[in-house]
Formats: sequence, C-alpha cells, structure tokens
Amino acid sequence: MSLSPPPKAPGLFARLARARPTKPGEIYGVPGQGNTLWLSVVSVLVMLFVWWLVTALGLVKPLFVPSPQSVLNKFFQIWREGFTNTPFLEHVLISTFRVFSAFLLACLIGLPLGLAMGMSPVIRGIFDPPIEFYRPIPPLAYLPLMIIWFGIDETSKILLIFLSVFAPIVLGARSGVKSAAIEQIHAAYSFGATRWQVMRHVILPSAMPEILTAMRVGIGFGWTTLVAAEMVAATKGLGYMVLSASQFLQTSVVIMGIFVIAIIAFAFDLLMRFLERRLVPWKGRM
Amino acid sequence: MSLNIDHVSVIYPAADGRPPVAALSDINLQIAEGEFVVALGASGCGKSTLLNLIAGFLSPTSGALTLDGRSVFGPGADRAVVFQKHALLPWLNVLDNVAFGLQIQGVPKEARYRTANEYIGLLGLDGFQGAPVYKLSGGMQQRVGIARALTCDPKILLMDEPLGALDALTREKAQELILKIWGETRKSVFFITHSVEEALFMGTKLIVMSPRPGRITHHFDLPFSRQFQGGAPARQVKASPEFIALREKVLNIIFADEEAVE
Repeated sequence: MSLSPPPKAPGLFARLARARPTKPGEIYGVPGQGNTLWLSVVSVLVMLFVWWLVTALGLVKPLFVPSPQSVLNKFFQIWREGFTNTPFLEHVLISTFRVFSAFLLACLIGLPLGLAMGMSPVIRGIFDPPIEFYRPIPPLAYLPLMIIWFGIDETSKILLIFLSVFAPIVLGARSGVKSAAIEQIHAAYSFGATRWQVMRHVILPSAMPEILTAMRVGIGFGWTTLVAAEMVAATKGLGYMVLSASQFLQTSVVIMGIFVIAIIAFAFDLLMRFLERRLVPWKGRM
Repeated sequence: MSLNIDHVSVIYPAADGRPPVAALSDINLQIAEGEFVVALGASGCGKSTLLNLIAGFLSPTSGALTLDGRSVFGPGADRAVVFQKHALLPWLNVLDNVAFGLQIQGVPKEARYRTANEYIGLLGLDGFQGAPVYKLSGGMQQRVGIARALTCDPKILLMDEPLGALDALTREKAQELILKIWGETRKSVFFITHSVEEALFMGTKLIVMSPRPGRITHHFDLPFSRQFQGGAPARQVKASPEFIALREKVLNIIFADEEAVE
C-alpha cells in the first residue's frame, strides 16, 4: 500500500485566510480580538478629509454637500441664535426627553414582560402574536394611526418611539431567560429555592448581558424613529429641525442635525458599554 | 440517614417515532448513614438518571424512593448536588457562591458568611473569598462547588462526575480532599464517575451499571477508602495487589458491556 503524497504547502490565499499567531497575552483564534481605537480614529479622520477635499475642490455643489466649515459655522450660528425661534439646546432637550422617556417606559414594561414571556408559556402564548405582528412594520406606516388615536401632542410622539424600542427589549429579555445553565437552576432548586427565588437569584442575573444588549439595540431604534415621530405637528426637536431644514434646502442644517443625533446616541452607547463592563464582567467567561 | 430505592424504573416515553426507552429498570439500592456509594458504568447506563432521581429532578415511572422513610418528591436541601461544571454563579464571588444555599434558605448575612467561611477553610480556599469564580482554575471552582453543597448540612451529597473535567494530578488531589472531608463530616455520598480507579479508591460500596436497559449488574464492597483514611498513602493503596485485581475485574465487566453494545 502506498501512502498518498503529502499535501502541498498552502497557497497565498490559504495563508492569508488563516489566523495569525498571537502576541503574548492574547489567545490564538479568538474572533475579532485586538484594539481598534487607532484604526477608528484614522477612519474618522480620513472620512473628514475626503469630505473636506471634495467640497474644497468644488467637485460637488454646496447644496448637495456643504463643506465641513459651513456645517460647523451653521452649528455655531444656531447655537447662538436658535432655530425657528427656539434655542438650540431646547431642540436637543425635547428630542432627548422624547427618546429617553420612551426608552424608560419600554424598559419598565418590556423587561418584565419579556422575562415573563421567557418564563411562562401562558404569557408567551398570549403576547407573542401581537408583538411579532407589529414588530416588522415600519413606524411610519402606523404613524397616521397614532395621530388619529392619540392626537398630535407628546403622547403620540413618545408612543411611536416607545413601540419601536419596545419590541427589541422584549425579545432580548425573553431570550435572556435561556442564558442560565440548567445546572445553575438545578443547584438553586436543590437548596430548596422557590420558583421566584430561582428567577431572582439565577435567571435574572444570568440574563443581564442579553438585557443590556437589548437595551443598546432598543435605544438605537428609538433614535431611528425620532425623525418620524417629529414629522407631524412638531415645532421643536432635532428631528423637526432636520425635516424643516430639508424643506428649505438648508443642507448644512440637515447634516448638522444628523451629527448631533449621532453624537448623543453614541455617547449613550459608550455609557451602556461602560455599564456592561461594570455590571457583567463575567459575560462570556463561564 | 438512610436512602432506600425500591424497584425503581424510569421509562422515557416514545418520541419521534422511536420506541420508549428504559433508562432505568428495576433499580434496588440502599445507602446507609456514612456510606460512600460509587456508581460506575458505560455511557448510557443511567448513572445520571439515577442521580437525578435521588436529587428529585426526575420522578420514577414506577417504584419508590424514600429518604428516612419519607417519599422523595422534588429537590430539597437534605440532598445537595455537586455538578460536573457550569453550576457556579459567575456574578457572585467565592464567598457568596459558597453561602448561596444559605441565602436561599433565608439565613442572615453574618451567620451564612460564618458558616461559608468554615467550609471555605475546610476546602483550602482561604484567602479567595473575594475572588470572582470565573477567574479560578477548574480544580478550585470544583472545590467551591463542594463547599457550597456542604454549607446546608445535607444528609447526603450527590456528586455527578465532579472531577471529570480536571487534569490527572488535580484530580488525585481532589479525590483525597473529598475523602478527607467525607471523613470529617460523616456525610453519606452518592458519587458518579467514569474512572474505575477513582471508583475503587473512593467508595465503600461500588455499583456497576449496564446500559439498555439501565440497571445495576454488580455490587462490590470496597475496603480501600478506609485503608486510606487509616493512614495508608493513596499511591500505595492504588498499587496494592487487591486493588489491581479488583480493577481488572471491574474493567472486564465494563468492557464486556461496551462490546455488547457494539
């Protein structure tokens, strides 16, 4: 019997596709490990540079892409003078209030409901159809209903944002219930724990990583829905600012508004990541 | 304390077109005060099913289980379980993990920490009270699991391959530690293992189980753990002719079972 010839040395592509050896202190093959801070900084700087270059060379009309300087100037101008007779900070505060009150409401109702749906087949059976029914519908589609049912003041705006935040939070909490290992649950029961104690001492803490992730995803949906919520009968807010500026072709205000929304959302996400490191340092470690 | 398993069978119902499976068939077993009963057998022989029955996670299809004359119904603090792994709570430190059972039973903080600290000392974990459990080695995590099981002063310790995930050296040390603690606490133990040597060394009574249907085929009374407690070194006990002879005998039984399956 002859042995088959040894396999050929891997080609260039095979070598590039393989994980590289790691530096001391790292673990070989962990997906996506490594510090990204500097790359991210460079990436942002390059994008800003390209933006500046394109406008400075006059490749695009300012109506389509205003220059970074004009956006910055617009920001200072609106900071000083306000927008449509409302101070800039008031626009920021009212939008932040709408998003965060909707977010808090969604957490207050969604987290217990999601946990209950994970724990109880009865509650899951009742609430699964309505949530799965409305979840994929774009908020713009039911915005008219919100206005007809709840009027044009704050209620319908917050409710619209609430609905978009609610579904991901419920789903996250629901699937978080499955995070506890059955051995952990059995251990608690073998000490004589009641169902409530198992919930409180085992299932809830082990669901925390998924709950925090769901909250991060949820608030993202909230900011996404902000503009839709401020489409009708709003006279204040960042979404209103962007929308009305776009109607008057003030592109620099539109871009400025987008940046402000992005920066607030990103700052909150950083806070959530910090909380995650503090609250669940054990995530994925056991 | 006496645990009585009387003509117990567990039959998993038919599913997905497969016929019903007899996980355990007509099991009879008595565990008396202070006994260390080891269950050994090929995979699928129902060792873990038997442990789940005693723990109360599973109820028998027929037969009766009694602990001190009272029927076993559901899990309870009189039977503590040490799991193979994944059973510690990573959001609690070592002290709170060990005190977890007492916390469940509503013991006030000071009292439960006092008891937990005793067992932390007994298991050689002193100085690690504040350490997060996910940073400990596998052997230390398992000791935390054993300490946690002991704090509630159970009548019987149920150990489901507690040393299966440990390396050979740590495992031998852990075996000696468990025997030491068994000697000091005088608990009854029901211990599952895959290792014949571990079974012979640790038990006072060995049951060998066979698969399809899961049943007890052999009983042995073992002298070796008592020899170790009498002061004989572990390696010497394991190297004695009687130990080796019995090891070969039990290995033959288990290999015969494995071959019968194939």
